[in-house]
Amino acid sequence: MSRTFGAEGRATCLAIIAFDELKTDYKNPIDQRNTLDPVVLPEYLIHASFCVMFLCAAEWLTLGLNMPLLAYHIWRYMSRPVMSGPGLYDPTTIMNADILAYCQKEGWCKLAFYLLALFYCLYGMIYVLVSS
Amino acid sequence: MSQPGIPASGGASTGLQAQNGAASASGSPYTNGPVQNALMSSQVSVSQGYNSQLPGSYPHLIPAKTLNPVSGQSNSGGSQTVSPLSNYQRPGQAPYGPPVASHPGTPSLRSGPSPQMPLPTSQNPAATPMPSGSFLPGASVPSPSNWQYNYLSQTNHCPRASSQPTMTGNTNLMSPQYVSSGDSSLQNNFIKSGSALPLANPPLPTTFQPGAPLGPPPTGGPPPVRALAPQKLTPRTVPQPSFNSTSNQEGFWSYKFNGSMFTLFLATSQPTNKNPTMSRSVGYSYPSLPPGYQNTTPPSTTGTGIPLSSLNYPSGPQAFTQTPLGANHLTASMSGLSLHPEGLRVINLLQERNMLPSTPLQPPVPNLHEDIQKLNCNPELFRCTLTSIPQTQALLNKAKLPLGLLLHPFKDLVQLPVVTSSTIVRCRSCRTYINPFVSFLDQRRWKCNLCYRVNDVPEEFMYNPLTRVYGEPHRRPEVQNATIEFMAPSEYMLRPPQPPVYLFVFDVSHNAIETGYLNSVCQSLLDNLDLLPGNTRTKIGFITFDSTIHFYSLQEGLSQPQMLIVSDIEDVFIPMPENLLVNLNESKELVQDLLKTLPQMFTKTLETQSALGPALQAAFKLMSPTGGRMSVFQTQLPTLGVGALKPREEPNQRSSAKEIHLTPSTDFYKKLALDCSGQQVAVDLFLLSGQYSDLASLGCISRYSAGSVYYYPSYHHQHNPVQVQKLQKELQRYLTRKIGFEAVMRIRCTKGLSIHTFHGNFFVRSTDLLSLPNVNPDAGYAVQMSVEESLTDTQLVSFQSALLYTSSKGERRIRVHTLCLPVVSTLNEVFLGADVQAISGLLANMAVDRSVTASLSDARDALVNAVIDSLSAYRSSALSNQQSGLMVPFSLRLFPLFVLALLKQKSFQTGTNARLDERIFAMCQVKNQPLVYLMLTTHPSLYRVDNLSDEGAISINDRTIPQPPILQLSVEKLSRDGAFLMDAGSVLMLWVGRNCGQNFLSQVLGVENYALIPQTMTDLPELDTPESARTIAFISWLREQRPFYPILYVIRDESPMKANFLQNMVEDRTESALSYYEFLLHIQQQVNK
Repeated sequence: MSRTFGAEGRATCLAIIAFDELKTDYKNPIDQRNTLDPVVLPEYLIHASFCVMFLCAAEWLTLGLNMPLLAYHIWRYMSRPVMSGPGLYDPTTIMNADILAYCQKEGWCKLAFYLLALFYCLYGMIYVLVSS
Repeated sequence: MSQPGIPASGGASTGLQAQNGAASASGSPYTNGPVQNALMSSQVSVSQGYNSQLPGSYPHLIPAKTLNPVSGQSNSGGSQTVSPLSNYQRPGQAPYGPPVASHPGTPSLRSGPSPQMPLPTSQNPAATPMPSGSFLPGASVPSPSNWQYNYLSQTNHCPRASSQPTMTGNTNLMSPQYVSSGDSSLQNNFIKSGSALPLANPPLPTTFQPGAPLGPPPTGGPPPVRALAPQKLTPRTVPQPSFNSTSNQEGFWSYKFNGSMFTLFLATSQPTNKNPTMSRSVGYSYPSLPPGYQNTTPPSTTGTGIPLSSLNYPSGPQAFTQTPLGANHLTASMSGLSLHPEGLRVINLLQERNMLPSTPLQPPVPNLHEDIQKLNCNPELFRCTLTSIPQTQALLNKAKLPLGLLLHPFKDLVQLPVVTSSTIVRCRSCRTYINPFVSFLDQRRWKCNLCYRVNDVPEEFMYNPLTRVYGEPHRRPEVQNATIEFMAPSEYMLRPPQPPVYLFVFDVSHNAIETGYLNSVCQSLLDNLDLLPGNTRTKIGFITFDSTIHFYSLQEGLSQPQMLIVSDIEDVFIPMPENLLVNLNESKELVQDLLKTLPQMFTKTLETQSALGPALQAAFKLMSPTGGRMSVFQTQLPTLGVGALKPREEPNQRSSAKEIHLTPSTDFYKKLALDCSGQQVAVDLFLLSGQYSDLASLGCISRYSAGSVYYYPSYHHQHNPVQVQKLQKELQRYLTRKIGFEAVMRIRCTKGLSIHTFHGNFFVRSTDLLSLPNVNPDAGYAVQMSVEESLTDTQLVSFQSALLYTSSKGERRIRVHTLCLPVVSTLNEVFLGADVQAISGLLANMAVDRSVTASLSDARDALVNAVIDSLSAYRSSALSNQQSGLMVPFSLRLFPLFVLALLKQKSFQTGTNARLDERIFAMCQVKNQPLVYLMLTTHPSLYRVDNLSDEGAISINDRTIPQPPILQLSVEKLSRDGAFLMDAGSVLMLWVGRNCGQNFLSQVLGVENYALIPQTMTDLPELDTPESARTIAFISWLREQRPFYPILYVIRDESPMKANFLQNMVEDRTESALSYYEFLLHIQQQVNK
């Protein structure tokens, strides 16, 4: 479980790094899109599958904690700009300061969430191991 | 290297292309300009300088900007410093009393020394043709103690004025070539053009001479009196001084002025009065200046000896009110001062309704020292919404005004210095180009004005080719011109400069043939084939498409063009790699052959499908090795292959602001445009469609590839002759205008400011870099800025745009514009410096974005809120005592009107039956037009033309051009017995009232009576009557001011165009929109909440 949270975390880290590079001029928006878009959907799917697992395991509290993020992911993907392939980012608007700042903030918030979730799960695992 | 390079220029020496097309005065402003000898620095004479481009309409710009420093306030050396200190400290008072009282004799002063004569050389070195003469010890030798190298420019800031043969080969330092022009012509020309600003020379030198009494010592020669010849004065020529006497100089100027003072002699004219009467002198010494121009002490309005009306005198200190009534000539002359008390007025819009000036609105002049200001960039090229930059983001947020820049970087300029130098001096850390606003710490070091890094002055830069003097880096043209062009060396190229490549893609489906557009387009192309900007390397190609794609082989040696048809539109390929794009010179006959036969080739076609997407892909493949310009003509919704679209418009929902499709339905065109952008291909779209064609999706192809969109609704060669004419005229301009290939534009700004968002047609490649596969002189850009770090430790900020492009002659060039603005710390100053036109323009751009991302009604609300927020901010913070009514600062007096006009503009209007494509086209125009045209489209100028007289007329090149006053856009201004001309930028509409005087009908329109005016009349007959001559002179003068050709429609009561005419009456009420007065009431209600 912790491993997969790691994977999500990595996707988010990638997003943070990529946006930072974009901001500091190391990258152009098209490369950026090409780096990030392929990992967006996997990240969302992994998170969704976790939610399903929580559901199956009747982990209501954990599920409840994850539901807001799941809902956010669904909303985010539904409201993505018109595009033919999978992905989220539009290279023509990403340089817009508002959008760039939003994406960066989103990255940091999600990273924080995944980290906390990781520790929560570790705690849960150890607790179960110890108590059994 | 911060300029992402792109290919670049090889044979630089083939001859400079004269910078701007608009070169010849006589002439075709559209051409690409004469070819100049590279060695000689010939330049189009200044005479046709900025003002010949817009003759007379922005006369004051000249002075305010580069050419002429002194416009309004001619510095008169003669009038000795009069009570220097006392006057100055009262900003409010200064303009009134002293001048008149203390200088009863001023008129004589003016008339004495001939106004336009350069004063003694020491004062106006620039005026003397001989370079050597230009440096008198007094003026030019910097005295270390008093004079720092920065802000040097006292004498020569107008370098092009001194005609200087460029020397080449003298020494190795000589490489810089500098284009200059004879100054005598410059002077003459000013006069001729009626600009009333005969001040060709920077008069100020004296002020800066080291050593104390700068006040022009009598011995120093006749004072540079810049008097305006009275007869030249016209309402439009009120000089706008570039400097306000109450400026906040201490910070950066005082060290130069210690103990010194100088006298300003102000001679301005007022619009209504032909005699320039007001003149005054203000002596002052800098060190004791009050900071800023806000009146910290209650201004004294007494002592003027002039009746002031008593309307609205707020007792608060800042609220300095003076109404123009009764003091007409005084205020008019005051308006010549940039710091005129007029600017400090607080206006109650509910009481003073007629705020629209009768002459074109001039941009405000930044509150900078005149020496900086006179070097500043022309506001037509580079303009900021706030001419006083707020110190912190908090202050900016408080003001609720948008901060941003509006650029027209590639505008056709008649006069532009071009520098050829092996090293281009730039800041080592931020790569800023050296510009007039850097400071020289000593002779060998300069400090960047953007990042404050201290850089070395390269050896080569020490030599000034203009004066042939060594050791004067501060006199180099780079440091004397805010707008300059460099010939880029090979470091600025990633590949050899591309040849000009033009590819035309024609829709030849049944629908297209029906409209008959091919005839017009092919004919225009045939006519302009030799005028296409280019050189011997120019390449041209043609593709036509319906449900298949047709290529044309134009190989040299073929007896006639060969058509190759590719019917596989799923996987498009190029049938033969060569010979589809051919050298225009070598295959000219084949090309002409093709253009002649093309219109007939498809007359029998029954194919109704249109495979635009595959055709674009094919064209892209064809062009990607070189880059270039692709012109696509499309007449219907694409229906086949990739990029096929579906009709989305629902006619019965047109009027509602909800649920309209402003966003593209597919990203095919956007992705293709990005690919094009990567390969330096720009796509220009000509849409000639009767039905809905989903411009929202199609337009992306141009938008992200830096192309432009042209739209001709319901084009038909027989049924719609007006559109035919429009297409012809616009094509003429399109084909012959200057073009820059493989361009990038970078915008830099002083540390602390950052770029927030760009608006326009391009692809943003990084935070400050725009990728522009093509750049054309009719494209404008807007940039939103934000203040990231506090600017407390700086007094000036600068913005620099650098456009690197390949000219059609294959040279790599960099055009640099630099704008310098003061930083202020109080809200009142921010409001005082607001540029209402620029603000409205930027808001329009932001509103377009908002309509696309949110909804149209959101965007409309945002526009209204922008007015309400900023006015309430003003009310709560800047006005000390609360008054009823709608109080606005003078600078924003037209803000509500312009926003109302925007709400009624085609892009944002509701309640009318605007077709979706037309609305989207209007939005494209908002984004892509330069500010001047955007404002004209939004708020057209209305003139009454049936009673034109020569009173107040200006004369340009021996032509007398009447100057009727601009009227408010309200039906109450119309009358049935008159004729009114509305100038809406791209169209001119002449509305003839039913009872219009017989005189006008017969003498101007050439018809017997009203009923005989033709239904569609787009030309005025040239009759041999003075009335006709005046009207035609006026109309052609309006046309000459813009690069395209606005068509004139004569409208009578029953004409279908009448609705368009009346729609522009923005002050009136319509079914769904408020009248101006109602709008004001609405705002007042919100503001006073």
